[in-house]
Amino acid sequence: MSTHSQEVEHIGGNAITFSKVWICLLGLTGIEVLLAYEHTPLMIMLTALLGLSVIKAALIIAYFMHLKFERLSLFLTLWPFTVFCIILMLIFLGDAMRIPGMRPPL
Amino acid sequence: MSSQVTTVQASVWEGGRSPYATNSKKFGMWLFIASDSLTFSALLFAYTFSRVANPNWPRPFHFSPSIIFSTIMTFCLLSSSLTMVMAVHAMNHGNRKKAASWIFATMGCGAAFVVLHLSEWMNLIRNEHVTPSSNPWGVPLFGATFFGLTGLHMTHVIIGIIYLTIITQGILRGKFKAEDVEVSGLYWHFVDLVWMFIFPLVYLMSVSAS
Repeated sequence: MSTHSQEVEHIGGNAITFSKVWICLLGLTGIEVLLAYEHTPLMIMLTALLGLSVIKAALIIAYFMHLKFERLSLFLTLWPFTVFCIILMLIFLGDAMRIPGMRPPL
Repeated sequence: MSSQVTTVQASVWEGGRSPYATNSKKFGMWLFIASDSLTFSALLFAYTFSRVANPNWPRPFHFSPSIIFSTIMTFCLLSSSLTMVMAVHAMNHGNRKKAASWIFATMGCGAAFVVLHLSEWMNLIRNEHVTPSSNPWGVPLFGATFFGLTGLHMTHVIIGIIYLTIITQGILRGKFKAEDVEVSGLYWHFVDLVWMFIFPLVYLMSVSAS
């Protein structure tokens, strides 16, 4: 993240950096597919896949969307609150877990 | 009475200077991306909620062809992001023709994604008999959430291809500037970003056990 003193809008990254990020993203996708191929236990797989997806998303946002090269104020305005709102949605998951137990036996 | 004149230094947060040091188009696109990410999150959450609430949730995706197809689709989107960022890079250096070529490559990858996705849908509809309202496993919510989520994403890809077509024409005519290409790039990368969550959570988590 660049500092506030930098006034010049600069062009972030170069072709080599972008290619490295692309290879990294392909590698992470390969790991995800391998986990599915090996039929990893569901909870382990969910945790691993979510973790890998967040890393991939961070790479895309930072390098491909150039947020790494933007001002910190732009990042702070956009993402912490968006992520907070997304996490808030998880509150309802407790209801989803209770529903199977509330069904009357057939 | 003596009047006092105080000079207030305009701070970044008072709007005295551009607080984000970015143009309005780019900032507008970032705001759109933030709001659209909430839309996709809500749909992904609806899918997850339905799955957790239904213990007999179907896992219809066989490794071949469904997962192989969706992996190739992921490769197409990731490659399209690379070509798009190359287009932005070329445009920033004033190379319009090269930028247009990279955008054409991006559109090609996007079109390949749509074709593969539609064939994957057709496979589900014809062979697995899954529709938005019914399926052989008796969990109609699966089709509703699956087609809703992937359909909205595919719509974004198609809109992205149309958007890039307009941008390409504009830059070849000298109408659009580097910032316009960058803004379209932001949209395209967002579409890629969303797929990075749909692919593992919808496809990989539902690989058929057989």
